[in-house]
Amino acid sequence: MSQNIFTAKHAQGPVVEGVCLTAQDGFSARYDLDRINGVFSRPSHPLYGKPYHNTILVVDTAKGGVASAWMIYEMKMRNLCPLAIVFNTVNPILAQGAAHGGIAMLAGFEVDITTAIPSGSTLRINPAMKTLEIIRSAS
Amino acid sequence: MNLNQEEKAMLAGEFGPVRKTAIEHQIKVGDFFGAEDFVPVSQAHIMADTESLGEAGVLWLESLAKNAGKDRTVRIPTITDPRGTDFNKAKQLGQTEVMLALEKRAIAAFIKMGVSMTDTCINYQTIMAPVYGEHVAFGDTGVVIYSNSICGARSNFEGGPSALAAGLTGRTPRYGFHIEQHRQPTHRFLVRWTPESLNEWGALGGLIGRKSGNYWSVPVIEGIEGHPGSDSLKHFGAAMASFGSCALFHILGITPEAIHSHDLHYTHLAPIEINKADVMALQSSYRVSDEIDVVVFSAPQLSLFEMQSVAALCDGKKFKKPLLAVTSPQVKPDADRMGYTAMIEAAGGTVFAGMCFYQSYAREIAQANGWKRLATNSAKMVNILGGYGYTPILASMEDCVRAAETGRLA
Repeated sequence: MSQNIFTAKHAQGPVVEGVCLTAQDGFSARYDLDRINGVFSRPSHPLYGKPYHNTILVVDTAKGGVASAWMIYEMKMRNLCPLAIVFNTVNPILAQGAAHGGIAMLAGFEVDITTAIPSGSTLRINPAMKTLEIIRSAS
Repeated sequence: MNLNQEEKAMLAGEFGPVRKTAIEHQIKVGDFFGAEDFVPVSQAHIMADTESLGEAGVLWLESLAKNAGKDRTVRIPTITDPRGTDFNKAKQLGQTEVMLALEKRAIAAFIKMGVSMTDTCINYQTIMAPVYGEHVAFGDTGVVIYSNSICGARSNFEGGPSALAAGLTGRTPRYGFHIEQHRQPTHRFLVRWTPESLNEWGALGGLIGRKSGNYWSVPVIEGIEGHPGSDSLKHFGAAMASFGSCALFHILGITPEAIHSHDLHYTHLAPIEINKADVMALQSSYRVSDEIDVVVFSAPQLSLFEMQSVAALCDGKKFKKPLLAVTSPQVKPDADRMGYTAMIEAAGGTVFAGMCFYQSYAREIAQANGWKRLATNSAKMVNILGGYGYTPILASMEDCVRAAETGRLA
């Protein structure tokens, strides 16, 4: 039986439930997103062209510059923002951005979370419990 | 987190609502990373261009700035990263009045909070470099990696809200690179070739960053011959931070925590060899076009010596394509006084100050000017601009200037 609850080392934000976009690549709001149109815009990103609003992003690591800390708040205020971001490894910028923007975030698992969670699965994120639960797997 | 009496008082609102907001944010971040307590910091550096802030971010800043003067003012020297424009040349970039108005509002809010508008990402070359062991709260990944690695200071990446919070409280959560054990190497690179040009240093930094993988990785580098100067290490670190999110590296015999190799624990790490072909492969991966629309020198802002080099290459030329050279407000007056600005602009180039290209509504100015194929010697910038719709090309400073003259890279 495959695992359907995963526990993170780091967690913050509200409980959320939604469909995930999974990529074995990094993530930066500055480098990867067209925030005006709400889609991934870096051509080499596996999620290129996909809309991210109200999704749970499951990605490998936090990349790039400090701008994401402002950008998450800005996206949240325009209601064009991921519900949550889940990382194998996070950096301070994305964690600070999640804290400022009030979105859910989990990071640090015993497995590679990007291979454990099929893209399109429905997930429940409970930061107080530091858990990610697969409600419905897309595999 | 364990709080001292002053921190408890801030949290209780005894130092006003702005500092309460600031320390609440810092505690959220500290709890997320398991910080035990706060560490006092001596300087803060805030990245806050308005393309990132947006209307919402500016409104948030203004909500802080409208508080009483004693409540809203930063406690420690707090400076700014490049802004989103050079007001003197904004129209040339195709920036709109809406963008400029937002910039002005953000600046007004920061000034009310006592922030010094230095508008630079090379503060370690121009304002006040931190010293060995000094705890700071710096934004801009290039500033942090240089300060940690070359100066031996202690900083995490501090995004704008966190850097401002540190300025207001005078402290930051103690996690990451404020803790000695996290400064030890995690990856060991054996470099078989020492770069010469800035683009080569950037490409090497980008490659090491890409191979290192994430923020918590600390590369130690062996095999560098001679002693790279500040500008080379600036491009090296900025690219490593950009490609790998790295915040600290060591170069044996050169950087302060690696002067004596026995101070570092790295011999158990398997060396990863890097040769010239590996570095050139990264550079070549961006060479998808010979035709170019624009040449940009930026990211990081140019030092006085980089401005001198660009000016010498521009002297006597006539450009077919726009060439933009972006420096800091501190370097610009010297570049003017020494004739570098005039030499660049006589050839048809333009010198900008106080902004950085990719932080200046890069997508919108591309559309306004019809720019897509962008040549630069900044490895950091080529890593960023793909997401903004550009086709960035990495080349030497000499080749970039020649491309501005002929319209194509040789």
